[in-house]
Amino acid sequence: MPERPRGEPTGSPNPFVEEVRSEVRKELATERRDDTGGIHTVELRDVWLAYGNNHVLRGISFGVSRGETLCILGGSGAGKSTILRLILRLLLPDQGEVLVGGRDICSVSYDDVLELRENMGMVFQASALFDSLTVFDNVAFPLYEHTNMSDEEIHERVMEVLGFVDLDPREVLELLPAELSGGMKKRVGVARAIVHEPPIILFDEPTSGLDPVTTRTVDELILKLRHELGVCAVVVTHDIRSAVRIATEAALLLDGEIIFKGAPEDMFASDDPYVRAFLG
Amino acid sequence: MGQPSASRSAARLTRDSIFRVAFAVQEYFALLGRVIRTVFTKPAYVRDFLQQMDTIGVKSLFIVVLTGLFTGMVLALQSAVEMKQFGATIYIGRLVGASAVRELGPVLTALMVTGRAGAGMAAAIGAMKVTEQVDALRTMGVAPVRKLVTPRVLAALLMLPLLTIITDLIAILGGLLIAIVKLDLTADLYMRSVYVSLADTGFVLRYIPIDLIQGLVKPIAFGGIMALTSCYYVLRTEGGTEGVGRATTQAVVSSSILILASDYFLTQILIALLVE
Repeated sequence: MPERPRGEPTGSPNPFVEEVRSEVRKELATERRDDTGGIHTVELRDVWLAYGNNHVLRGISFGVSRGETLCILGGSGAGKSTILRLILRLLLPDQGEVLVGGRDICSVSYDDVLELRENMGMVFQASALFDSLTVFDNVAFPLYEHTNMSDEEIHERVMEVLGFVDLDPREVLELLPAELSGGMKKRVGVARAIVHEPPIILFDEPTSGLDPVTTRTVDELILKLRHELGVCAVVVTHDIRSAVRIATEAALLLDGEIIFKGAPEDMFASDDPYVRAFLG
Repeated sequence: MGQPSASRSAARLTRDSIFRVAFAVQEYFALLGRVIRTVFTKPAYVRDFLQQMDTIGVKSLFIVVLTGLFTGMVLALQSAVEMKQFGATIYIGRLVGASAVRELGPVLTALMVTGRAGAGMAAAIGAMKVTEQVDALRTMGVAPVRKLVTPRVLAALLMLPLLTIITDLIAILGGLLIAIVKLDLTADLYMRSVYVSLADTGFVLRYIPIDLIQGLVKPIAFGGIMALTSCYYVLRTEGGTEGVGRATTQAVVSSSILILASDYFLTQILIALLVE
Protein backbone atom coordinates (compact mmCIF):
# COMPACT_ATOMS: atom_id res chain seq x y z
CA MET A 1 0.00 0.00 0.00
CA PRO A 2 1.67 3.27 -1.08
CA GLU A 3 2.14 5.92 1.61
CA ARG A 4 0.19 9.13 1.21
CA PRO A 5 -0.99 11.93 3.50
CA ARG A 6 -4.13 11.12 5.46
CA GLY A 7 -7.39 12.24 3.94
CA GLU A 8 -6.07 12.73 0.41
CA PRO A 9 -8.48 11.62 -2.35
CA THR A 10 -7.80 8.30 -4.05
CA GLY A 11 -9.99 8.74 -7.08
CA SER A 12 -12.44 6.03 -6.06
CA PRO A 13 -15.76 6.36 -7.89
CA ASN A 14 -17.83 5.22 -4.84
CA PRO A 15 -20.37 8.04 -4.07
CA PHE A 16 -20.47 7.14 -0.37
CA VAL A 17 -16.69 7.53 -0.20
CA GLU A 18 -16.90 10.87 -2.00
CA GLU A 19 -19.46 12.09 0.51
CA VAL A 20 -17.47 11.10 3.58
CA ARG A 21 -14.22 12.25 1.98
CA SER A 22 -15.49 15.81 1.92
CA GLU A 23 -16.49 15.43 5.54
CA VAL A 24 -13.06 14.07 6.44
CA ARG A 25 -11.36 16.93 4.61
CA LYS A 26 -13.42 19.41 6.61
CA GLU A 27 -12.56 17.59 9.81
CA LEU A 28 -8.85 17.44 9.04
CA ALA A 29 -8.79 21.20 8.54
CA THR A 30 -9.66 21.61 12.22
CA GLU A 31 -7.89 18.55 13.58
CA ARG A 32 -5.42 18.97 16.41
CA ARG A 33 -1.95 17.81 15.60
CA ASP A 34 0.05 15.23 17.50
CA ASP A 35 1.64 17.04 20.45
CA THR A 36 3.64 14.11 21.82
CA GLY A 37 6.76 14.95 19.85
CA GLY A 38 6.56 11.94 17.55
CA ILE A 39 6.00 9.32 20.27
CA HIS A 40 2.83 7.32 19.66
CA THR A 41 0.40 7.51 22.56
CA VAL A 42 -0.55 3.89 22.01
CA GLU A 43 1.66 1.49 20.12
CA LEU A 44 1.73 -2.26 19.54
CA ARG A 45 4.98 -3.80 18.29
CA ASP A 46 4.90 -7.27 16.75
CA VAL A 47 2.30 -8.57 19.19
CA TRP A 48 1.49 -12.29 19.19
CA LEU A 49 -1.19 -13.95 21.30
CA ALA A 50 -2.66 -17.45 21.33
CA TYR A 51 -5.21 -19.28 23.46
CA GLY A 52 -3.86 -22.82 23.31
CA ASN A 53 -3.63 -23.66 19.62
CA ASN A 54 -5.86 -20.78 18.60
CA HIS A 55 -3.61 -17.97 17.37
CA VAL A 56 -5.66 -14.84 18.00
CA LEU A 57 -3.04 -12.24 17.04
CA ARG A 58 -0.04 -12.75 14.75
CA GLY A 59 2.54 -10.01 14.68
CA ILE A 60 0.25 -7.00 15.09
CA SER A 61 1.97 -3.60 14.89
CA PHE A 62 0.48 -0.11 14.80
CA GLY A 63 0.77 3.26 16.50
CA VAL A 64 -1.81 5.93 17.31
CA SER A 65 -0.97 9.46 18.42
CA ARG A 66 -2.89 12.22 20.14
CA GLY A 67 -5.55 13.69 17.88
CA GLU A 68 -5.77 10.50 15.83
CA THR A 69 -8.49 7.88 15.60
CA LEU A 70 -7.55 4.35 14.56
CA CYS A 71 -10.43 2.11 13.56
CA ILE A 72 -9.74 -1.61 13.85
CA LEU A 73 -12.04 -3.45 11.50
CA GLY A 74 -12.63 -7.13 10.98
CA GLY A 75 -15.15 -9.92 11.17
CA SER A 76 -16.31 -11.61 14.36
CA GLY A 77 -13.51 -13.45 16.14
CA ALA A 78 -10.78 -11.64 14.19
CA GLY A 79 -9.12 -10.50 17.43
CA LYS A 80 -10.31 -6.86 17.44
CA SER A 81 -11.51 -6.67 21.05
CA THR A 82 -8.44 -8.62 22.17
CA ILE A 83 -6.33 -5.67 21.03
CA LEU A 84 -8.27 -3.33 23.34
CA ARG A 85 -7.82 -5.76 26.23
CA LEU A 86 -4.07 -5.75 25.54
CA ILE A 87 -3.92 -1.94 25.56
CA LEU A 88 -5.76 -1.94 28.90
CA ARG A 89 -3.46 -4.74 30.08
CA LEU A 90 -6.39 -6.95 30.88
CA LEU A 91 -4.36 -9.44 28.82
CA LEU A 92 -0.64 -9.92 28.28
CA PRO A 93 0.82 -10.79 24.88
CA ASP A 94 2.81 -14.00 24.36
CA GLN A 95 5.34 -11.97 22.42
CA GLY A 96 5.86 -8.32 21.45
CA GLU A 97 5.41 -5.00 23.19
CA VAL A 98 2.40 -2.86 24.09
CA LEU A 99 3.48 0.73 24.68
CA VAL A 100 1.36 3.45 26.22
CA GLY A 101 2.96 6.89 26.25
CA GLY A 102 6.19 5.26 25.09
CA ARG A 103 6.30 2.88 28.06
CA ASP A 104 5.98 -0.90 27.77
CA ILE A 105 3.04 -1.79 29.99
CA CYS A 106 3.63 -5.55 29.92
CA SER A 107 6.29 -5.47 32.61
CA VAL A 108 4.74 -3.00 35.09
CA SER A 109 3.28 -4.01 38.46
CA TYR A 110 -0.46 -4.47 39.12
CA ASP A 111 -0.65 -1.21 41.11
CA ASP A 112 1.07 0.67 38.28
CA VAL A 113 -1.39 -0.85 35.84
CA LEU A 114 -4.31 0.49 37.87
CA GLU A 115 -2.69 3.92 37.85
CA LEU A 116 -2.00 3.66 34.14
CA ARG A 117 -5.63 2.86 33.41
CA GLU A 118 -6.64 6.15 35.00
CA ASN A 119 -5.23 7.71 31.82
CA MET A 120 -7.63 5.74 29.66
CA GLY A 121 -11.35 5.75 29.09
CA MET A 122 -13.19 2.76 27.72
CA VAL A 123 -16.58 2.71 26.04
CA PHE A 124 -17.97 -0.81 26.08
CA GLN A 125 -20.13 -2.44 23.43
CA ALA A 126 -23.04 -2.84 25.86
CA SER A 127 -22.07 0.36 27.73
CA ALA A 128 -21.29 -1.59 30.97
CA LEU A 129 -22.93 1.07 33.11
CA PHE A 130 -23.26 0.11 36.76
CA ASP A 131 -26.84 -1.14 37.13
CA SER A 132 -27.28 -0.06 40.71
CA LEU A 133 -26.04 3.51 40.20
CA THR A 134 -27.86 6.48 38.69
CA VAL A 135 -26.55 8.26 35.60
CA PHE A 136 -24.96 10.87 37.87
CA ASP A 137 -23.18 8.27 40.01
CA ASN A 138 -22.04 6.36 36.93
CA VAL A 139 -20.52 9.43 35.30
CA ALA A 140 -19.10 10.75 38.58
CA PHE A 141 -17.56 7.37 39.46
CA PRO A 142 -14.04 8.01 38.03
CA LEU A 143 -13.96 11.44 39.69
CA TYR A 144 -14.84 10.06 43.12
CA GLU A 145 -12.23 7.34 42.59
CA HIS A 146 -9.28 9.29 41.32
CA THR A 147 -9.65 12.95 42.20
CA ASN A 148 -10.00 15.08 45.31
CA MET A 149 -12.70 17.23 43.76
CA SER A 150 -15.45 18.52 46.05
CA ASP A 151 -19.06 17.36 45.59
CA GLU A 152 -19.97 20.69 43.97
CA GLU A 153 -17.07 20.47 41.52
CA ILE A 154 -17.98 16.90 40.64
CA HIS A 155 -21.62 17.86 40.11
CA GLU A 156 -20.60 20.72 37.85
CA ARG A 157 -18.23 18.51 35.83
CA VAL A 158 -20.86 15.78 35.40
CA MET A 159 -23.39 18.35 34.13
CA GLU A 160 -20.78 19.71 31.72
CA VAL A 161 -19.87 16.29 30.35
CA LEU A 162 -23.50 15.21 29.96
CA GLY A 163 -24.07 18.40 27.99
CA PHE A 164 -21.03 17.56 25.84
CA VAL A 165 -22.57 14.22 24.86
CA ASP A 166 -25.86 15.97 24.04
CA LEU A 167 -27.86 14.71 26.99
CA ASP A 168 -30.09 16.97 29.05
CA PRO A 169 -28.67 16.56 32.59
CA ARG A 170 -31.97 17.56 34.22
CA GLU A 171 -33.74 14.72 32.43
CA VAL A 172 -31.26 11.89 32.91
CA LEU A 173 -29.28 12.67 36.05
CA GLU A 174 -31.36 10.56 38.44
CA LEU A 175 -32.30 7.79 36.00
CA LEU A 176 -30.96 4.26 36.33
CA PRO A 177 -29.28 2.63 33.30
CA ALA A 178 -32.31 0.33 32.85
CA GLU A 179 -34.44 3.42 32.18
CA LEU A 180 -32.26 4.66 29.29
CA SER A 181 -32.51 3.89 25.55
CA GLY A 182 -29.59 2.19 23.76
CA GLY A 183 -28.29 5.45 22.31
CA MET A 184 -28.55 7.25 25.65
CA LYS A 185 -26.66 4.43 27.37
CA LYS A 186 -23.89 4.76 24.77
CA ARG A 187 -23.68 8.49 25.40
CA VAL A 188 -23.62 8.05 29.17
CA GLY A 189 -20.88 5.44 28.60
CA VAL A 190 -18.91 8.02 26.60
CA ALA A 191 -19.53 10.65 29.29
CA ARG A 192 -18.17 8.28 31.95
CA ALA A 193 -15.13 7.52 29.79
CA ILE A 194 -14.21 11.17 29.22
CA VAL A 195 -15.25 12.76 32.52
CA HIS A 196 -11.73 12.60 33.99
CA GLU A 197 -10.25 13.83 30.69
CA PRO A 198 -8.10 10.82 29.81
CA PRO A 199 -5.78 11.30 26.83
CA ILE A 200 -6.65 7.83 25.47
CA ILE A 201 -10.17 6.57 24.73
CA LEU A 202 -10.96 3.06 23.56
CA PHE A 203 -14.26 2.15 21.95
CA ASP A 204 -15.50 -1.43 21.62
CA GLU A 205 -18.12 -1.62 18.86
CA PRO A 206 -19.61 1.78 19.75
CA THR A 207 -22.32 1.65 17.08
CA SER A 208 -23.24 -2.02 17.14
CA GLY A 209 -26.96 -2.62 17.55
CA LEU A 210 -27.85 1.05 17.05
CA ASP A 211 -30.20 2.48 14.41
CA PRO A 212 -28.61 4.60 11.61
CA VAL A 213 -29.60 7.92 13.18
CA THR A 214 -28.17 7.02 16.61
CA THR A 215 -25.10 5.53 14.90
CA ARG A 216 -24.46 8.86 13.24
CA THR A 217 -24.91 10.66 16.57
CA VAL A 218 -22.32 8.41 18.22
CA ASP A 219 -19.96 8.87 15.26
CA GLU A 220 -20.30 12.64 15.55
CA LEU A 221 -19.55 12.36 19.23
CA ILE A 222 -16.32 10.47 18.52
CA LEU A 223 -15.34 13.13 15.96
CA LYS A 224 -16.15 15.84 18.50
CA LEU A 225 -13.84 14.14 21.03
CA ARG A 226 -11.02 14.26 18.50
CA HIS A 227 -11.61 17.82 17.42
CA GLU A 228 -12.39 19.43 20.75
CA LEU A 229 -10.36 17.32 23.18
CA GLY A 230 -7.67 15.99 20.84
CA VAL A 231 -7.86 12.50 22.32
CA CYS A 232 -6.07 9.45 20.99
CA ALA A 233 -8.87 7.03 20.11
CA VAL A 234 -8.82 3.35 19.17
CA VAL A 235 -12.17 2.19 17.85
CA VAL A 236 -13.00 -1.46 17.30
CA THR A 237 -15.85 -1.83 14.84
CA HIS A 238 -17.15 -3.85 11.93
CA ASP A 239 -19.14 -0.90 10.63
CA ILE A 240 -17.22 0.33 7.57
CA ARG A 241 -19.44 3.43 7.16
CA SER A 242 -18.67 4.55 10.70
CA ALA A 243 -14.98 3.84 10.18
CA VAL A 244 -14.81 5.99 7.06
CA ARG A 245 -16.61 8.76 8.91
CA ILE A 246 -14.52 8.83 12.08
CA ALA A 247 -11.10 7.27 11.42
CA THR A 248 -7.85 8.98 10.54
CA GLU A 249 -6.48 5.50 9.94
CA ALA A 250 -8.07 2.07 9.57
CA ALA A 251 -6.64 -1.40 10.08
CA LEU A 252 -8.42 -4.49 8.79
CA LEU A 253 -7.82 -7.73 10.68
CA LEU A 254 -8.09 -11.21 9.22
CA ASP A 255 -7.16 -14.28 11.26
CA GLY A 256 -5.13 -12.19 13.71
CA GLU A 257 -3.15 -10.33 11.04
CA ILE A 258 -3.49 -6.80 9.72
CA ILE A 259 -4.13 -7.22 6.01
CA PHE A 260 -4.81 -3.54 5.34
CA LYS A 261 -3.62 -0.40 7.08
CA GLY A 262 -4.11 3.12 5.80
CA ALA A 263 -6.68 5.82 5.26
CA PRO A 264 -10.13 4.25 5.49
CA GLU A 265 -11.23 5.43 2.06
CA ASP A 266 -8.19 3.69 0.52
CA MET A 267 -9.81 0.40 1.39
CA PHE A 268 -12.21 0.98 -1.49
CA ALA A 269 -9.30 1.02 -3.94
CA SER A 270 -7.78 -2.19 -2.58
CA ASP A 271 -7.51 -5.25 -4.80
CA ASP A 272 -7.30 -7.66 -1.87
CA PRO A 273 -10.21 -10.14 -2.21
CA TYR A 274 -10.94 -10.16 1.56
CA VAL A 275 -10.93 -6.35 1.72
CA ARG A 276 -13.37 -6.24 -1.19
CA ALA A 277 -15.52 -8.96 0.40
CA PHE A 278 -15.50 -7.08 3.72
CA LEU A 279 -16.63 -3.89 2.00
CA GLY A 280 -19.44 -5.87 0.36
CA MET B 1 -5.21 -53.65 23.50
CA GLY B 2 -8.29 -51.79 24.79
CA GLN B 3 -7.56 -52.20 28.50
CA PRO B 4 -4.23 -50.35 28.77
CA SER B 5 -5.65 -47.50 26.70
CA ALA B 6 -8.73 -47.27 28.95
CA SER B 7 -6.59 -47.30 32.09
CA ARG B 8 -4.29 -44.64 30.60
CA SER B 9 -7.26 -42.40 29.86
CA ALA B 10 -8.66 -43.03 33.39
CA ALA B 11 -5.26 -42.11 34.83
CA ARG B 12 -5.18 -38.96 32.72
CA LEU B 13 -8.69 -38.01 33.85
CA THR B 14 -7.74 -38.57 37.50
CA ARG B 15 -4.57 -36.52 37.10
CA ASP B 16 -6.50 -33.69 35.37
CA SER B 17 -9.11 -33.69 38.14
CA ILE B 18 -6.40 -33.50 40.82
CA PHE B 19 -4.72 -30.61 38.98
CA ARG B 20 -8.07 -28.84 38.62
CA VAL B 21 -8.86 -29.17 42.32
CA ALA B 22 -5.32 -28.12 43.31
CA PHE B 23 -5.56 -25.11 41.00
CA ALA B 24 -8.98 -24.15 42.43
CA VAL B 25 -7.66 -24.39 46.01
CA GLN B 26 -4.66 -22.27 45.05
CA GLU B 27 -6.93 -19.66 43.42
CA TYR B 28 -9.23 -19.64 46.45
CA PHE B 29 -6.35 -18.91 48.82
CA ALA B 30 -4.89 -16.38 46.39
CA LEU B 31 -8.23 -14.54 46.53
CA LEU B 32 -8.14 -14.73 50.34
CA GLY B 33 -4.60 -13.29 50.25
CA ARG B 34 -5.72 -10.41 48.02
CA VAL B 35 -8.66 -9.68 50.33
CA ILE B 36 -6.34 -9.58 53.38
CA ARG B 37 -3.95 -7.29 51.51
CA THR B 38 -6.71 -4.87 50.52
CA VAL B 39 -7.97 -4.68 54.11
CA PHE B 40 -4.67 -3.14 55.19
CA THR B 41 -4.09 -0.85 52.20
CA LYS B 42 -5.91 2.19 50.83
CA PRO B 43 -8.40 3.08 49.44
CA ALA B 44 -11.12 1.62 51.67
CA TYR B 45 -14.65 1.41 50.35
CA VAL B 46 -16.47 2.33 53.55
CA ARG B 47 -19.76 3.10 51.78
CA ASP B 48 -19.78 -0.32 50.12
CA PHE B 49 -18.94 -1.93 53.46
CA LEU B 50 -21.88 -0.20 55.18
CA GLN B 51 -24.17 -1.10 52.28
CA GLN B 52 -23.15 -4.75 52.57
CA MET B 53 -23.70 -4.70 56.34
CA ASP B 54 -27.25 -3.65 55.55
CA THR B 55 -27.68 -6.29 52.81
CA ILE B 56 -26.14 -9.18 54.73
CA GLY B 57 -27.16 -8.17 58.24
CA VAL B 58 -30.24 -5.98 58.48
CA LYS B 59 -32.04 -7.53 55.51
CA SER B 60 -31.43 -11.05 56.86
CA LEU B 61 -33.00 -10.24 60.23
CA PHE B 62 -36.45 -11.50 59.34
CA ILE B 63 -35.39 -14.98 58.18
CA VAL B 64 -32.98 -15.26 61.09
CA VAL B 65 -35.75 -14.47 63.60
CA LEU B 66 -38.06 -17.04 61.99
CA THR B 67 -35.25 -19.63 61.93
CA GLY B 68 -34.49 -19.07 65.62
CA LEU B 69 -38.12 -19.09 66.68
CA PHE B 70 -39.09 -22.33 64.95
CA THR B 71 -35.84 -24.08 65.82
CA GLY B 72 -36.30 -23.29 69.52
CA MET B 73 -39.94 -24.36 69.44
CA VAL B 74 -39.21 -27.63 67.63
CA LEU B 75 -36.30 -28.44 69.95
CA ALA B 76 -38.54 -27.96 73.00
CA LEU B 77 -41.37 -30.00 71.50
CA GLN B 78 -39.20 -32.91 70.37
CA SER B 79 -37.24 -33.14 73.60
CA ALA B 80 -40.46 -32.93 75.64
CA VAL B 81 -41.72 -36.16 74.04
CA GLU B 82 -38.70 -38.08 75.40
CA MET B 83 -38.26 -36.21 78.66
CA LYS B 84 -41.89 -36.50 79.74
CA GLN B 85 -41.38 -40.28 80.01
CA PHE B 86 -38.78 -39.71 82.73
CA GLY B 87 -40.47 -36.68 84.31
CA ALA B 88 -37.50 -34.56 83.28
CA THR B 89 -39.24 -31.75 81.41
CA ILE B 90 -37.59 -29.21 83.72
CA TYR B 91 -34.34 -29.90 81.81
CA ILE B 92 -35.77 -28.73 78.49
CA GLY B 93 -34.19 -25.30 78.93
CA ARG B 94 -30.78 -26.98 79.21
CA LEU B 95 -31.28 -28.86 75.99
CA VAL B 96 -32.62 -25.92 74.02
CA GLY B 97 -29.98 -23.52 75.37
CA ALA B 98 -27.01 -25.78 74.75
CA SER B 99 -28.15 -26.91 71.28
CA ALA B 100 -29.01 -23.40 70.11
CA VAL B 101 -25.93 -21.61 71.40
CA ARG B 102 -23.32 -24.24 70.58
CA GLU B 103 -24.51 -25.64 67.27
CA LEU B 104 -27.87 -24.86 65.77
CA GLY B 105 -27.69 -21.08 66.15
CA PRO B 106 -24.36 -20.61 64.33
CA VAL B 107 -24.91 -23.30 61.68
CA LEU B 108 -28.53 -22.54 60.81
CA THR B 109 -27.88 -18.80 60.73
CA ALA B 110 -24.91 -19.31 58.41
CA LEU B 111 -26.90 -21.61 56.12
CA MET B 112 -29.90 -19.27 55.98
CA VAL B 113 -27.72 -16.22 55.30
CA THR B 114 -25.84 -18.18 52.65
CA GLY B 115 -29.14 -19.00 50.94
CA ARG B 116 -30.23 -15.38 51.02
CA ALA B 117 -27.23 -13.04 51.03
CA GLY B 118 -24.64 -15.46 49.59
CA ALA B 119 -26.84 -16.26 46.60
CA GLY B 120 -27.64 -12.55 46.26
CA MET B 121 -24.00 -11.49 46.21
CA ALA B 122 -23.10 -14.27 43.78
CA ALA B 123 -25.89 -13.27 41.39
CA ALA B 124 -25.08 -9.55 41.67
CA ILE B 125 -21.35 -9.91 41.00
CA GLY B 126 -22.01 -12.57 38.36
CA ALA B 127 -24.35 -10.21 36.50
CA MET B 128 -21.71 -7.48 36.75
CA LYS B 129 -19.13 -9.88 35.35
CA VAL B 130 -21.12 -10.97 32.28
CA THR B 131 -22.24 -7.41 31.46
CA GLU B 132 -18.60 -6.23 31.54
CA GLN B 133 -19.18 -4.05 34.63
CA VAL B 134 -16.30 -5.79 36.39
CA ASP B 135 -14.10 -5.05 33.37
CA ALA B 136 -15.35 -1.45 33.50
CA LEU B 137 -14.09 -1.22 37.08
CA ARG B 138 -10.70 -2.56 35.99
CA THR B 139 -10.47 -0.12 33.10
CA MET B 140 -11.15 2.74 35.52
CA GLY B 141 -8.19 1.69 37.62
CA VAL B 142 -10.31 0.09 40.36
CA ALA B 143 -9.36 -3.36 41.64
CA PRO B 144 -12.56 -5.49 41.64
CA VAL B 145 -11.43 -7.47 44.70
CA ARG B 146 -11.02 -4.27 46.72
CA LYS B 147 -14.32 -2.79 45.57
CA LEU B 148 -16.55 -5.88 45.39
CA VAL B 149 -15.10 -8.71 47.49
CA THR B 150 -13.43 -7.09 50.50
CA PRO B 151 -16.48 -5.07 51.68
CA ARG B 152 -18.64 -8.20 51.41
CA VAL B 153 -16.19 -10.40 53.31
CA LEU B 154 -15.72 -7.82 56.08
CA ALA B 155 -19.46 -7.20 56.39
CA ALA B 156 -20.12 -10.95 56.60
CA LEU B 157 -17.40 -11.40 59.24
CA LEU B 158 -19.09 -8.75 61.37
CA MET B 159 -22.77 -9.47 60.73
CA LEU B 160 -22.84 -13.27 61.07
CA PRO B 161 -21.92 -13.25 64.79
CA LEU B 162 -24.51 -10.53 65.46
CA LEU B 163 -27.19 -12.45 63.58
CA THR B 164 -26.20 -15.61 65.45
CA ILE B 165 -26.70 -13.89 68.81
CA ILE B 166 -30.20 -12.92 67.66
CA THR B 167 -30.94 -16.48 66.47
CA ASP B 168 -29.75 -17.90 69.82
CA LEU B 169 -31.91 -15.49 71.81
CA ILE B 170 -35.00 -16.07 69.69
CA ALA B 171 -34.49 -19.86 69.79
CA ILE B 172 -34.33 -19.75 73.61
CA LEU B 173 -37.48 -17.61 73.64
CA GLY B 174 -39.18 -20.05 71.22
CA GLY B 175 -38.37 -22.88 73.63
CA LEU B 176 -39.73 -20.78 76.50
CA LEU B 177 -43.00 -20.29 74.63
CA ILE B 178 -43.47 -24.05 74.26
CA ALA B 179 -42.33 -24.66 77.85
CA ILE B 180 -45.01 -22.29 79.18
CA VAL B 181 -47.86 -23.07 76.78
CA LYS B 182 -47.45 -26.81 76.22
CA LEU B 183 -45.42 -28.12 79.15
CA ASP B 184 -46.74 -25.99 82.00
CA LEU B 185 -43.25 -24.94 83.11
CA THR B 186 -42.65 -21.54 84.65
CA ALA B 187 -40.47 -19.01 82.83
CA ASP B 188 -38.17 -18.84 85.83
CA LEU B 189 -37.56 -22.58 85.87
CA TYR B 190 -36.93 -22.70 82.13
CA MET B 191 -34.51 -19.75 82.13
CA ARG B 192 -32.68 -21.13 85.16
CA SER B 193 -32.25 -24.39 83.25
CA VAL B 194 -30.90 -22.46 80.19
CA TYR B 195 -28.40 -20.65 82.43
CA VAL B 196 -27.21 -23.91 83.98
CA SER B 197 -26.57 -25.37 80.53
CA LEU B 198 -24.43 -22.35 79.59
CA ALA B 199 -22.61 -22.33 82.93
CA ASP B 200 -21.89 -26.05 82.74
CA THR B 201 -18.86 -25.75 80.49
CA GLY B 202 -17.42 -22.86 82.47
CA PHE B 203 -16.61 -19.20 81.90
CA VAL B 204 -13.93 -17.12 80.25
CA LEU B 205 -12.96 -13.87 82.02
CA ARG B 206 -15.36 -14.88 84.82
CA TYR B 207 -18.59 -13.83 83.09
CA ILE B 208 -18.48 -15.00 79.47
CA PRO B 209 -19.75 -18.59 79.04
CA ILE B 210 -17.41 -20.81 77.02
CA ASP B 211 -20.42 -22.00 75.03
CA LEU B 212 -21.07 -18.45 73.91
CA ILE B 213 -17.44 -18.05 72.80
CA GLN B 214 -17.80 -21.26 70.78
CA GLY B 215 -21.02 -19.98 69.33
CA LEU B 216 -19.46 -16.68 68.28
CA VAL B 217 -16.14 -17.88 66.91
CA LYS B 218 -17.87 -20.21 64.47
CA PRO B 219 -20.06 -17.59 62.77
CA ILE B 220 -17.02 -15.38 62.16
CA ALA B 221 -15.45 -18.25 60.24
CA PHE B 222 -18.75 -19.11 58.53
CA GLY B 223 -19.23 -15.49 57.43
CA GLY B 224 -15.78 -15.41 55.83
CA ILE B 225 -16.35 -18.76 54.12
CA MET B 226 -19.75 -17.73 52.77
CA ALA B 227 -18.66 -14.37 51.33
CA LEU B 228 -15.32 -15.55 49.98
CA THR B 229 -16.73 -18.71 48.39
CA SER B 230 -19.63 -16.83 46.79
CA CYS B 231 -17.30 -14.21 45.32
CA TYR B 232 -14.74 -16.82 44.26
CA TYR B 233 -17.22 -18.72 42.09
CA VAL B 234 -18.76 -15.72 40.39
CA LEU B 235 -15.50 -13.96 39.64
CA ARG B 236 -14.73 -17.01 37.47
CA THR B 237 -18.13 -16.88 35.77
CA GLU B 238 -18.12 -17.55 32.04
CA GLY B 239 -20.96 -18.19 29.63
CA GLY B 240 -23.48 -15.38 30.05
CA THR B 241 -26.57 -15.54 32.22
CA GLU B 242 -26.56 -19.34 32.21
CA GLY B 243 -23.05 -19.19 33.64
CA VAL B 244 -24.24 -16.80 36.38
CA GLY B 245 -26.97 -19.27 37.36
CA ARG B 246 -24.48 -22.12 37.43
CA ALA B 247 -21.95 -20.12 39.45
CA THR B 248 -24.62 -19.00 41.93
CA THR B 249 -25.72 -22.59 42.52
CA GLN B 250 -22.10 -23.70 42.93
CA ALA B 251 -21.46 -20.81 45.31
CA VAL B 252 -24.40 -21.68 47.58
CA VAL B 253 -23.79 -25.45 47.54
CA SER B 254 -20.04 -25.13 48.12
CA SER B 255 -20.48 -22.50 50.85
CA SER B 256 -23.01 -24.70 52.65
CA ILE B 257 -20.80 -27.79 52.48
CA LEU B 258 -17.74 -25.83 53.59
CA ILE B 259 -19.71 -24.37 56.51
CA LEU B 260 -20.86 -27.82 57.65
CA ALA B 261 -17.41 -29.37 57.23
CA SER B 262 -15.60 -26.51 58.94
CA ASP B 263 -18.13 -26.68 61.77
CA TYR B 264 -16.86 -30.16 62.65
CA PHE B 265 -13.20 -29.12 62.62
CA LEU B 266 -13.85 -25.86 64.46
CA THR B 267 -15.79 -27.74 67.14
CA GLN B 268 -12.85 -30.13 67.59
CA ILE B 269 -10.42 -27.23 67.90
CA LEU B 270 -12.63 -25.17 70.23
CA ILE B 271 -13.34 -28.11 72.51
CA ALA B 272 -9.62 -28.87 72.70
CA LEU B 273 -8.78 -25.22 73.39
CA LEU B 274 -11.62 -24.13 75.65
CA VAL B 275 -13.23 -27.15 77.28
CA GLU B 276 -10.51 -29.73 77.72
